Formats: sequence, structure tokens, C-alpha cells
Amino acid sequence: MEYMLMIYSDPEGFDKLPASQQAEGMAAYGAYHQALQKAGVLKNSNRLRPASAATTVRLQSGKTQVLDGPYAETREQLGGYFLIDVPDLDAAISWAARCPGAAHGIVEVRPVWAM
Amino acid sequence: MTSVAADDDAARAAEAAARRSYSKLIAFLAARTRDVAGAEDALSEALTVALTEWPVGGVPHTPDAWLLTVARRKLVDALRRRRLDEQASEHLQWLTELQMGDDDGEPAWPDRRLGLLFACAHPGIAPELHAPLMLQVVLGFDAATIASAFLVAPATMAQRLVRAKTKIRQAGIGFEVPQGDALRERLGTVLDAIYAAYAEGWSDPEGVDARRRNLADEAIWLGRLVASLLPDEGEALGLLSLMLHAHARRDARRDAAGDYVPLSEQTPSLWDAPLIDEAESLLHRANRCAGAPGRYQLEAAVQSAHAMRRLTGRVDWPSIERLYDALCELTGSPVAALNRAVALAETHGPAAGLAALDLLAADPRLADYQPHWAARAELLARSGAIDAARQAYEQAIGLEREPAVRRYLQQRAGALTA
Repeated sequence: MEYMLMIYSDPEGFDKLPASQQAEGMAAYGAYHQALQKAGVLKNSNRLRPASAATTVRLQSGKTQVLDGPYAETREQLGGYFLIDVPDLDAAISWAARCPGAAHGIVEVRPVWAM
Repeated sequence: MTSVAADDDAARAAEAAARRSYSKLIAFLAARTRDVAGAEDALSEALTVALTEWPVGGVPHTPDAWLLTVARRKLVDALRRRRLDEQASEHLQWLTELQMGDDDGEPAWPDRRLGLLFACAHPGIAPELHAPLMLQVVLGFDAATIASAFLVAPATMAQRLVRAKTKIRQAGIGFEVPQGDALRERLGTVLDAIYAAYAEGWSDPEGVDARRRNLADEAIWLGRLVASLLPDEGEALGLLSLMLHAHARRDARRDAAGDYVPLSEQTPSLWDAPLIDEAESLLHRANRCAGAPGRYQLEAAVQSAHAMRRLTGRVDWPSIERLYDALCELTGSPVAALNRAVALAETHGPAAGLAALDLLAADPRLADYQPHWAARAELLARSGAIDAARQAYEQAIGLEREPAVRRYLQQRAGALTA
């Protein structure tokens, strides 16, 4: 079953870290990515650019509205995701617990509709 | 003392008294009916009454008897509300006839807690639910806390616990303590569940999660309970010894900056000496018990060999290697084999350790097990295989949950020089 692990965190927290800790954090993500790959569960993953780079689009009364910024202005922003394929929710949670994002933010585990 | 503080004290005393009684009362109320959920509901209602009345009127002389009286009334009410089938009326009669302890004597009912533990760890219940069930039924933990500790979704855990309790009632899982050979066999599953609870509590070294820190203490409490109820069972004593040895080192696992300190680099003076002494005397008692030493006695003996460092300054690796030999033979556990390889590297050099690890490389149970990769990385580094060591560290880092341990592994990997 596929699960999306979505990482929500405060981007300012990362920006404020000294360069050495930023590098350590990025390396931890690299290692996590590799461990998912080696376990044969990783389908896809991406780090997202900051929410300030987001644009929202919607159709309102027949007119397309384009706005600057993310859908929700919250302190924690979606910063990236891992799409994994594991047997069940228990397995997905145990991978989420290993995600470095669980330490500096929140990892939301969402099952994917099978198409 | 202000009256607010007095109220707080009374509330705390009430809570402590209620907590001490909890497991005994659940065990007693559920033993006859096997309706664990019903007993929990009744007792939780009784506790609510106690926590409002006791801080005002004081804790009764025999809190157990007081709680039992109220819980019994709640249970009778609940049974009356339900369909009065034959079984229910039988329970009703039992509840009505129930002998209360007199007001100043010891309560006149048998201690069924051991039976309750055996019911929670019954082979008819999935092994991974044994520990969660004990934590809820015997200690009163809520499903959300248990779910966090065992990395399971709270709704899932709640559902599994309800199903397990239904099974106890419907399948008629008894609260009898097995005798003879069956005792030893079934005791193993009880001890495994207690140790699983301890291990989950132990994995919160920062102690950020107060409820989980508590879990290790609660598991030790369960271990003490079993060891006191079965004082001649070597494994019950062995498990308690093992947990106390590990617990004695809990504060030495982090330095002042919050960084991870591996066992080999810990300062023995930071270990809790009285706890080690208690663990040692339990192990001696266990060794005098009848029968061959089991898994927990052997593991406690390993911890004892590590603890020797506080007296001799050295770890007794040859003994540890022999103990893991015995553990491998006894349990066939890949983790025991992994630890044996680590010991072998200490006694015969990193090449011997690596050769033993290579035999385990194909075991799928170790593929996602962080200590396996950390051990491999360490031995590869010691034998000069820097690139392979870096790869193995990378894998260990990716599998680790604890930020402090992750940082430690990253530093080890960063210190590798070709």
C-alpha cells in the first residue's frame, strides 16, 4: 500500500541553523533516502522550495484567480515528501519515525487512493 | 501551607493510593467474569468518585476495599442494564455475595494479578499485543500513550486492545497461573511482554516524553511484581536483573550537551551503584534457581560483565562472547548473533567479527536494524575498509530514530579518513 509521508516544518528554524548543522541535516535526509531505497520501499521523493515561492490558482465564478503565496499561511509549511510502498500503516509509521523531519517538524502519514 | 497546596497534596495522595490498588482490583474483578473491559469501566468510575471525595474527606483506611465496594456497585449497575442472561445473573450473584475486607483488616480477597498477567500474555492473543494489553489492563495506560510507545496509530491500537479484551471474555481465557512445565513455558511470554514495555520506555533517553519515561519505570514495577510472586523462577529474577542493570546506566547515555555516549565510553561513576548491586544480587539468586539459565539470565549476565568495568576498569569480553554463544544456541535470535559478532571482534580482532557479520548479512530481519549497520561500519572502519564503512554508516544514519544517535553516527562517519 502506498503512503505519502509529508514533512511539515518551520523553514525559519532551518535557516537559523549554523552552516555545519544545516549540512548535517541535509546529510541525514540523504541517508534516510538511501535507507528507503535500499529497503525497496521508496517510490518517489522531493524537497519543495519555500512556501514563499508558491502560487495558488483557482477558478472563482468562472474567472481564474491567481494568487501569490501558499494555500494556508501557517508557520509550519509542507517542505517535502516521501512516497513509499509498504505492507501496512504500522510499517509506514515506523519509517515516518525514522524521518529526520520527525525531529525538526511533523511527519504526516497519508494513505494514497489506489488508482 | 496554603489550602491550595493542601488540596494538591490530598489529590496526589488519593491518586497514589488509587494507582497502587488499580492492578489488584482489575485482576480481582475480571478474574471471575473475564470481562476486562467491564472491570476497567467500573473501576474507572470508582476512581473518578475517589479522586473527588478523597482529597476532601481523606484517603480511607483501606483504599482497596473502598474502591472495590464502589466498583462492584458500578459493575452490578452495568450488568443490570444489560440483558440478564444466565451468565450475567451468575455474575450478579457472585458480586452480591462478594466478601468485603473488614474496615481495619487486610482485604479478604486473593491477589489475582499474576493470573491477569498470564491472561494478557496468553498464546491465544497476538504476541505483539501482549505488552500493550498489560500496560492498559494492569497499569491503566491509555491507548494513545501505548500507541506512541509502540509506533502504531492510536485508533488502530485502541481497536486492537478492544478486540483482545473481547477475545479474553469470549474465548474464556482463564486467569489461572499455569503449573509445572506449562508455567515455565507461559512465563516466557509474560516476561517477553514486560521486557518489550521496558525497551520502549528505554528508547526515550532524552526523557522529553514524560509518559514514556514512565514506561521503563512501570515495566520495572511489573518485573518486581512477577519476581516477588514467583521468587523461585530464575528467569523472572533474571529479567528484573537485566532491566535494573540497563536502568542503572540511563543517565550516563547522554553527556551534558545532550550528545549520545555509547556504553564503552560511559563513565562508570555515573552509573547508579545501588541499582547495579541489586541487579547483581538478583542474578546470583537466579543462578541458584533450578533449571538451566534462560534468555534473561544470560542477558543479565552480559550486562553484569559490562558493569564489571566499574570495578576492574575493563570489560570481560571473553565471558560476553561465551554468553552470546549460549544465547545464540538457546534463542537462534539474529540480534544475539549480531552481538556475538561484536564480542568476537573484541576477543579475536575486527576481521573475525566481520566474518561472523557476513554470515548474517542475508538475514532479512537485520536488513532494517540500525545496530547491525552501525556495528558493521565500526568493524569495517577498524579494519581500514573506509569506503565500505562510510556506506554502512550512511545506512545506519538513515535507519536511526533518535536525533542524538544520528548525530553521533554522522560524527563517526565524518571522522573516517582514507
